[in-house]
Order: sequence, then structure tokens, then C-alpha cells
Amino acid sequence: MSTVDPVTPVLTKRWLSPRSWSIQTYEQLEGYTALRKALTATPEQIVQVVKDSGLRGRGGAGFPSGLKWSFMPPNEDKPHYLVINADEGEPGTCKDIPLMMADPHSLIEGCVIASYAMRSHHCFIYVRGEVLHCIRRLNAAVKEAKAAGYLGENILGSGYDLEITVHAGAGAYICGEETALLDSLEGRRGQPRLKPPFPAAAGLYAAPTTVNNVETIASVPYIINGGSDWFRRMGTEKSPGPKIYSISGHVERPGQYEAPLGTTLRQLLEMAGGMKDGIPLKFWTPGGSSTPMFTAEHLDVPLDFEGAAEAGSMLGTTAVQVFNETVSVPWAVMKWTQFYKHESCGKCTPCREGTYWLVQILERMVDGNGTEEDIDTLLDVCDNVLGRSFCALGDGAVSPIQSGIKYFRDEFLALCQKNREKNRKPAMAGAN
Amino acid sequence: MTVAPEKNELVVPEGHVKLVIDGIEVVAPKGELLIRTAERMGITIPRFCDHPLLDPAGACRQCLVEVEMGGRPMPKPQASCTITVADGMVVKTQVTSPVADKAQQGVMELLLINHPLDCPICDKGGECPLQNQALAHGRTDSRFVDRKRTFAKPIPISTQVLLDRERCVLCQRCTRFSAQIAGDPFIELLERGAQQQIGIAEEKPFQSYFSGNTIQICPVGALTSAAYRFRSRPFDLVSTPGVCEHCSSGCAERTDWRRGKVMRKLAANDPEVNEEWICDKGRFAFRYTGAADRVLRPMVRDKATGELKQASWTEALQVAAEALTKARGSAGVLTGGRLTLEDAYAYSKFARVALGTNDIDFRARPHSREEQEFLASTVVGTTPETGVTFTGIEAAPTVLCVAFEPEEEAPIVFLRLRKAARKGRTKVFHIGQWTSPAVEKTFGTLLATPPGGEAAAVDALSSHAPDVTEGLGKPGSVILVGERAAQVPGLFSALLRLSEQTGARIAWIPRRAGERGAVEVGALPTLLPGGRLVADAAARAEVEQAWGLEPGSLPDVPGRDTNGIIEAAANGELRALVVGGVDPYDLPDPQLALKALRTADFVLSLELRHSAVTEFADVVLPIAPSVEKAGTFLNWEGRRREFGTTLDGTGALPDCRVLDTLAVEMDADLFTQTPTAAAGDLARLGTTSTARAAAPTVESRQQSLPQSDGQALLATWRQLLDNGSLQEEEPHLAGTARRVVARLSEHTAEVLGVDKAETVRVSTDRGSVTVPFEYADLPDGVVWLPGNSGDVRVRRELGALHGSPVNVHPGGTE
Repeated sequence: MSTVDPVTPVLTKRWLSPRSWSIQTYEQLEGYTALRKALTATPEQIVQVVKDSGLRGRGGAGFPSGLKWSFMPPNEDKPHYLVINADEGEPGTCKDIPLMMADPHSLIEGCVIASYAMRSHHCFIYVRGEVLHCIRRLNAAVKEAKAAGYLGENILGSGYDLEITVHAGAGAYICGEETALLDSLEGRRGQPRLKPPFPAAAGLYAAPTTVNNVETIASVPYIINGGSDWFRRMGTEKSPGPKIYSISGHVERPGQYEAPLGTTLRQLLEMAGGMKDGIPLKFWTPGGSSTPMFTAEHLDVPLDFEGAAEAGSMLGTTAVQVFNETVSVPWAVMKWTQFYKHESCGKCTPCREGTYWLVQILERMVDGNGTEEDIDTLLDVCDNVLGRSFCALGDGAVSPIQSGIKYFRDEFLALCQKNREKNRKPAMAGAN
Repeated sequence: MTVAPEKNELVVPEGHVKLVIDGIEVVAPKGELLIRTAERMGITIPRFCDHPLLDPAGACRQCLVEVEMGGRPMPKPQASCTITVADGMVVKTQVTSPVADKAQQGVMELLLINHPLDCPICDKGGECPLQNQALAHGRTDSRFVDRKRTFAKPIPISTQVLLDRERCVLCQRCTRFSAQIAGDPFIELLERGAQQQIGIAEEKPFQSYFSGNTIQICPVGALTSAAYRFRSRPFDLVSTPGVCEHCSSGCAERTDWRRGKVMRKLAANDPEVNEEWICDKGRFAFRYTGAADRVLRPMVRDKATGELKQASWTEALQVAAEALTKARGSAGVLTGGRLTLEDAYAYSKFARVALGTNDIDFRARPHSREEQEFLASTVVGTTPETGVTFTGIEAAPTVLCVAFEPEEEAPIVFLRLRKAARKGRTKVFHIGQWTSPAVEKTFGTLLATPPGGEAAAVDALSSHAPDVTEGLGKPGSVILVGERAAQVPGLFSALLRLSEQTGARIAWIPRRAGERGAVEVGALPTLLPGGRLVADAAARAEVEQAWGLEPGSLPDVPGRDTNGIIEAAANGELRALVVGGVDPYDLPDPQLALKALRTADFVLSLELRHSAVTEFADVVLPIAPSVEKAGTFLNWEGRRREFGTTLDGTGALPDCRVLDTLAVEMDADLFTQTPTAAAGDLARLGTTSTARAAAPTVESRQQSLPQSDGQALLATWRQLLDNGSLQEEEPHLAGTARRVVARLSEHTAEVLGVDKAETVRVSTDRGSVTVPFEYADLPDGVVWLPGNSGDVRVRRELGALHGSPVNVHPGGTE
């Protein structure tokens, strides 16, 4: 077993400080120093630094952030908007809400710098509605920042103005999809939009908009202070920087663990105190339930964008859900699928009808009433959903089923046993 | 498939791209959706949510195809209804791609798992896109063995439209139509996932004038109409193309009928006129022809009993001919505004040839001499080639609507206005009294005036609203004026000046289907067919020659208009009246009209159903409704809208035939035995180079607000769905009419002391109506009433016009 290289925490460095969420603590620990620095640069220079740092979106897709920012038009014919996706809803993911609870000002500082870089004067933080405590904390932080002159008009005497609005969602998984989020933010029904136009061309209120994840934006102040080279010293060549891994399930100490991108599960387990009660690992997700599951074979897969993809999954939100040998894979897959059925927005046929069907088959199988044909049907329906749905949520919905059957087909077959016995023809008529 | 050899390489014109679909090279205009390009080539990609007139949605995922861009295949199949063509694109549809084929079959299977498969009892069965495409692109059997989603069924989303939610495939065509095309977003998606469904807000039914279109574009049987549900199967119906008989838009329709009975009407596709839409009145209001009071046999009033009794055609025609021959030179003709071109022509010719009079007028509504001059100088003879058109409205930079309520009076014009405005290219202004739904839905700007003050407002435009005159100055701009203008002295003259000043063209959009045609055939006291002037000897000579009459035999004095005819008949100057489809209560002075009918020695009524006219008629001759005859409507554009007979052999005769036979009895030949003959006779008149009428020059005047207490000025116009006789026998349609309310401003209500009351009582010396009221942004001192809705029958109860002073008092409880 390799030893963990304990990194100096970056994103989580203030989390254990007393009253870490207050502006005083934040300011004492280099808070808002990056903003002062950023306001002396031009927006283009900031975009360039972020580009050079190699920062990639932390919401799951890993799109290069600097590149995304550069899609914003250079003119200001229409207002520009920065929207923070804080609708953290992917099963297993618990990094953005802890970050906003423990260190809301790092997000706000990031918002001001990013908005300045994209010539936006209004930034929205779309928080999932269930986390009322977090919404309160954000609102308080926005108020503090405004009172201290980090927000509002003429920020720090630079002549730059920015308003931040904290908006509570209404509890729909789909609103984590950026265009559905924008519709919801506009007061409409949260369903994904047709692309093109992409948000950078016509996003919120049909104006140029960039949607970024909380962790992405919270990383920006450190990049401004530390520089792109410093940032690249962490992580891998293509996936640089630190990352918060949220580890849940059968480990001794579940929680948020900050580590450079490319850390393996073996290393993470070590940090989290190993498997709970020593019961061996059976399967796990690298980045939430929408990323195909891994097994004990994948303990040494580097958890960065490339490593996870190469091993047949995705990095996703680095929501590491760990399951030990006591958990039935078909049961877990059924529970996940029930979640996707419940959360399907209903816009497109494959996701709406596919999840409705898949759940019924899985529930039947878990009840012991499955047939072997059901397994084929499951896989074929998954194939008819994957890549056919309107947004990526349909793809995510079939990941657990496809990967579950791929690695644990025997468990699904075992569920058909009862039926096989029931349907077995007696050797002699009437000899039942 | 072999690729075309290089020497035959396709030429790519400017603004076009070249791509390959299923191995065939094709050139397509930039921006075209892939599904349309494929369709032009004859490759039909199955689809549900896609509709050429709606914004793309990409919701159903039925139209997936494989796409290769720049030599690289796109990782996922693409929805061909949302992706536009690009240069060098290589597309494989279900015809050549197993991936696309499987994707389509997969989506089809998913659509069917929750579909009830109740096709044998579903209205859509037999004409259902889901049924058809499932057969063409689906599996033969289903692997789905679990529980289907069910809903309580059906739920009425209005009195007219019913929703079977479990049949719905959630393509959103209906919601997109309502939001985008009609601007009535009363229906919306509710819930999510498999529970997602179409629905309405509580106590906010689907009160749209265009709701029937959602039924027609529903690709399954989820939306049905109360009028047609469970009435017949599409394969039992005969479909006949037709033209709507209601407003002056002249929409192309398809009439489906069986065993001599019309079962339903559908919108036909005419991109120049109604595109693929019709209003609910055009779709559902057709049962009046089967009303119990339909006149089916000629009737003659018994001298002894004073009752009408059935008579033979021979007897009835003889009685009528004898009386009219006696009254020759002292008879007036009121044709009504709903005749076909051919029928109106027969009346026009009958008046001149058989009755020797120019006392003929089609205007069964308030009218003016100024209007007559406007029609004769500006409207007659315009055609789609020379005048304003639907597509002209769509392309206009600025449209000014004056005394014209498009959604109520010509709904398809309203849809074009909204389409134009929604694209952001057309700016719409309305000169009216309040911000009506049509003003909002055309993204319009209201220029509010007191009723009757429209002419002064037009004159003041250049000083008060220079943006309007500036906008109208842009080439292609249009002024639309409605029938209400005849009640505003000086308005037509002011509009002609505005047109002269800005270069914007004027279009007259009457409310009734037959009015534009009646102008053309000279059913007016000053006009002969083709805009020829009665007073012009050369024009008369042309007509005399074409009609084979002795020179000088046509009456040369301009006749009386409707008001004049009514007055003359009421005071005994006119002895006989020939009345087509006229409701006396539509006339400016219904009391005088009834007196005229009572006083005249002889009244001949050509009618479909018993009416206030047949009550006084000495002879009633039955005529055919539009589905039982052929003919032509001239729509407001001046476009010929020809239609054939839908229900043949009912024995009902068109007006032109009845008049032709009557004329023969009177020793005159009309040559209008059939609509075809009448059309031929009219065509022989050809065009004329004789003088055109001079434009009206009536001074506009400021409307002064009433000074005495408890008075207000009345603004009024008719609603699309109201007490109109062609809407009778259709209760489901009537249920979607707008609520009957009076409107006034809060300030006016306070001044008049009605603000604490639940209703207002509006009265004149003729009578009163009591009606609930709503606040709206009317000018102070003005009250608005619907023209003829529910108990509010302005002309009948109040004898008042648009702009008349009326008394307004609290009405007490309803």
C-alpha cells in the first residue's frame, strides 16, 4: 500500500478554524486578498491565468473553466451573468454544501473575481432549496461582504459593481443541469433547454451567461493568489489542482477529504480510516451514482478526469460511495433507479419512460420474480436510453444498471432462480 | 447507392450548404432543420414533437439519426428536428443506419409502454401519427409486462376540449401552440417524470379562441373535442375541401362528413392565408345548418290567417314575382354580409335588372356614406397582387390597427400579427380604447382615445406619436381598419390622409365573410360590379352591354343605403323589401328596421332559418348554407376563395339560383342559374377603365366627453364568440366565450359611483342592460360593452352605437 502524501489543504484550509464562516476569520486567513489583486488586472488577464492554471469544472463534466469564460462576448451589449450551480443533488455528493457552510466567503470572493473577469454585474447563486441552513449562511455572508465593500457598488474603489443574489431552488435534481437551472432561475419549470444557443450566447434572460460549480469558483481566489504554476503543482498534467472528495458509505470516517486530483481510492480509504469494521469492499462509485460503478479491482485507478474515464467510468463530482460485501448490487441499483425515476423531469421520452420501465423490472427482480430475459431487456432498454435522451441525466440513470450487470451479473441471475424453479416443467404430468 | 459522378456536381447557391443524406448529395438552405431537408428528398423521419410552425423542442426523441461532421461521427444520435444542416454533414437516417433505426424503434417502444392502446375506441384511431409510425418504425410486439401508468379520464380542460392524459406522449405541441402561436398559455406541463401531464390552473380553463388547433395537431388521441368525441371514425368520413364562412379571412378548411351530415371541420394548410390554423368558431360553429328552425320549404303568408304556410316553389315564386313586379322601382334590397361572391352578384343584378333600382346595400350593421366612398375609392378591385396580404402583414415593419379588434373580428389576421410581432420584426400599434388581450398578445402599443375620437387621434399622430408615423413611413407598413370605423365620422378620411402622408397601405378587414365580395359585385347603392360607378354613364353602358340590356335601361341615380332603405320602407316610400341574411337587431336602429318590415307592402325573405325577418315576410324562400352549395368568398385581401359543394343533393338552392328563377318569373334574365354560371357572367364584365370614385373627405372631430352626471361614452365591439346566429346549436363552443363584463377605469367607476357595486346598469332612452364589470385602462368617462354577448345586446337593448353617450349607474347585486 502506497503512503498518502498529505497535501496542505487549500479549499478546506479554514474549515476547522473557529467561526470559519465569518468574514473576520476569512480576512485573517488571507481572505479577499486575491480580490484586491484581481481588481488591478484586466478581465482578459484573469481569464488567461485561469486558462493557464488548467482549472476544470468541478461539477462533473470537467470542462476547462478558463475556456468557458472566454466564450463570453467581449462587448456588453446585453448584461452578462455569472450563475453558480449550488444545486448539489447528485447522490453521494456532499462537497459544495459543506464548503458553503464552512467557508462561504471563499465562494463569494471567487464570484467577484469571476464576475469581474466576465464583465458581469449580477451573479446568482442557485442553492438547492432543501439546505435552508446553507442558504441562510450564504445570505449572511453576502450581507457581510457588502458591508465590508467587497460587493455592491464601486468594489474596493475599483469602480467595479457587482450584486449577488442567493436563490433557493425548489428541490429538483434536474435543476443541477445548467440550462434547467437557468429556466428554474427565471421562474419557469425546470427542464433542460435546447442547445444551441449555449448559455454564453443566450443564457439567463437570453443574455450571455456562464454557469459554474461552487468548488470551481471557490478555487479561483487561490489561483489568483498562488498563480497558475502553483496550482499545476497539484494533481496531474491534464487534471491539475486540489479536489474535495466526498466519501460516504461503509468507511470508518466518512466525510470530505481534500486531495490532489489523481488520488486513488486506496489512498482515500486510508485517509478515511479504512473499510468500516473491516468488512471488505464490494463496489463503489467514483463520482456519484451517475458514474458507472467500480469494484475492488479499481482501487488503484487514479481519480482524475482521464483516469476514471480510462477505467470505464467518469470522475463526476468525486462523490465516492463505498459499499461493502453486505450490500446486494441489484438492490442498490434498484434504489438508485428509483431515484432517477422520481427525478426524471419528464421532458424527453427515453428518460421519462425508460426509468419508469427499468424501475418496474428491477423491483420485480429484487422481489425474486425476475427472469433471465429481464436482464437482456434491462440492458437493451438502457441502450435505448443512453445517448438518446435530451440531456445527460438519462445517460446517468442507466450507468448503475449497465455497470452493475457488467460486474455482478451473477447476482442478477440469482434473483431469477425462484422463477426458474417455479417454471420448471415437472418430469411427469401430474407429478407436482 | 452510388454517389453522383463528379462532373454532375451540385451547384451550391449563396446561402446554401451541401450535405449527404443516406448517400445522396443534397443542397439545402442554411438554417434548415435536417428533418425538413430529408423530407424534401422523400425520406420521412418519424416524429411527434416536431411541427414546422412551432419552435423546435427535441422532446420526443423519435427522429434520431446518425450524423457525421467534418469526417467525425457525432458520439450520440442526433434529433433531426433540432439540428440544422451544415456544409459537409453526412447523415444516415433509419434507411441506412442500423443505429438510427434501433434508436427510433427504442423510442417508439418506450412511447408505447404507457400508451393505453385503446385505438379501437379512440377518436384518433385511423389518422393517428402514433399508430401509423408505430406500424412503420416500431416492434411488432412489446416486451413491457409491467403496470401501465393510468389517470382518471377524461378531464375537461374547457367546455370544448377534453384531455385523456394516459394517451398523451408529452410532445408539448399543444402547450407550445398555445404559448407561441395563440399566446394563450392556459395549458402547461404539470408534475414531472412519468407523472408529467398536461393541465390547467385551478379554475382557469383553456379559454382560447384557438384551442381546437391543439386537438388537430395532437399526434395521439389525448385531446379531443366535446363536439366530435366518439361521433365517428376517420375512415368512415368523406373529406371535402372548403372555405370558412365566418369571418373575412377566408380560411382553407377540410370538412369531414358522412351520410349527409357534417361531423367536423379541420384546418387545411394554406401558407398564404391561414397556414395550418383556424379559430374555434370556424372549426366548431357549423351545427346551425341543422337547427330545428331551418327553413326547408318555400312559405307564403296566408291572407286569411296571417300565418306562414308551406307552399310549392311555383306558388311562392309566382306570389313573389307578382308583388315585386308591381313594386318595380319602389323596392329595396338588403343582402346581408354573408353571401358568396356569386350570390351577392345575383342580388346586385336582380336589383338593377328585375327591380330597376340601385336601392341595394349589403351592410347589415352601422355604416356611413363616408365608408361607402372609402370602399368605392380604395377597397374595390384590390387583389393580393396589388393590396395588403397576410404575408404582407407578416413582413410589415409597422402595423397600425384602427377601430379593429383583430382577435375578435378576424382571428387569423391576429395570428399573423402575433407571428410577425413575436419575431420582433414588426411593431404593432392599436388605436382603441383599452389594452385588450389582442394588444398584449401582439406585443402592441395602445394609443387610447375615447370612442368616436379615433379620427382626431389619427390626425394628431404626427404630433403626438411621431414614432407611429415614422414607423408607418417604412416601406411595407400597413394600416388595418375594421367595420367599427363606419361609426366614427371622418376616420376613413383621416386614414387616407395618413396613408398619403406615410406611404403605408390601408387594408379594410370587415368582420363578415361576404362583405368584401359584396363590394366587388356592386351590392352598394353607388356601385355596379367591378367598382363601376352608378353615376357614370360610361360605366353603366359597359354593364348594359355585358348584360345585354337596352342602352339607358339601368337606373342612373345612386340608390339608398341600408339606413335609407329602412327609413324609406318605414315611412312608406318603398313598397317592397327583398331581404337576404339580415338580422334586424344588427342594424343601427333595430326598432326602425322592424317598423320598416311591418310597414312594407311586401317583404321577400331569402333565409336559412326562421328569423325576425321571416316573422314579417310575405314570402320566405329557403336557401342553401355554404356547405350545401358551391361558391367563392372574396376574403379581405381580395383573394378568391373558391369552394365546391360539400353536401350534395340536399335540395337546398343557392341564392343565385333562387333569384335567377324569380327573375325569370318577372321576365328578366340574370344568367345566374348556378354559382358557376353566375361567376361566368360576372367574369364577362371584366375590368373597367371607367372613372373610380373619389376618396371621402370628411372632417374629423374631437369627441367630447359627456358633461352631465351619470353619463359615459360607450365603446363597443363584438366578440368572436357571442350570440351570433351561426354559433347556435354549439353549447361546448359557447362555453369558451369570454366572460360577459363591462369595462371602465377605476376613476370612472368612482366618478359614476359604481365602484362599490357588483354590477353596472347601462341605459339609454331605449332600454338598459345590467352586467358585472371589470377595471381596465379605458380613458376616463368611457364604458365598454361587448356588442352582442349574453344579455348584453347593445343594439337591441340600447339602440346605441360606438361613441354614443349612455347612462351608467350602479346595478345592484347580480
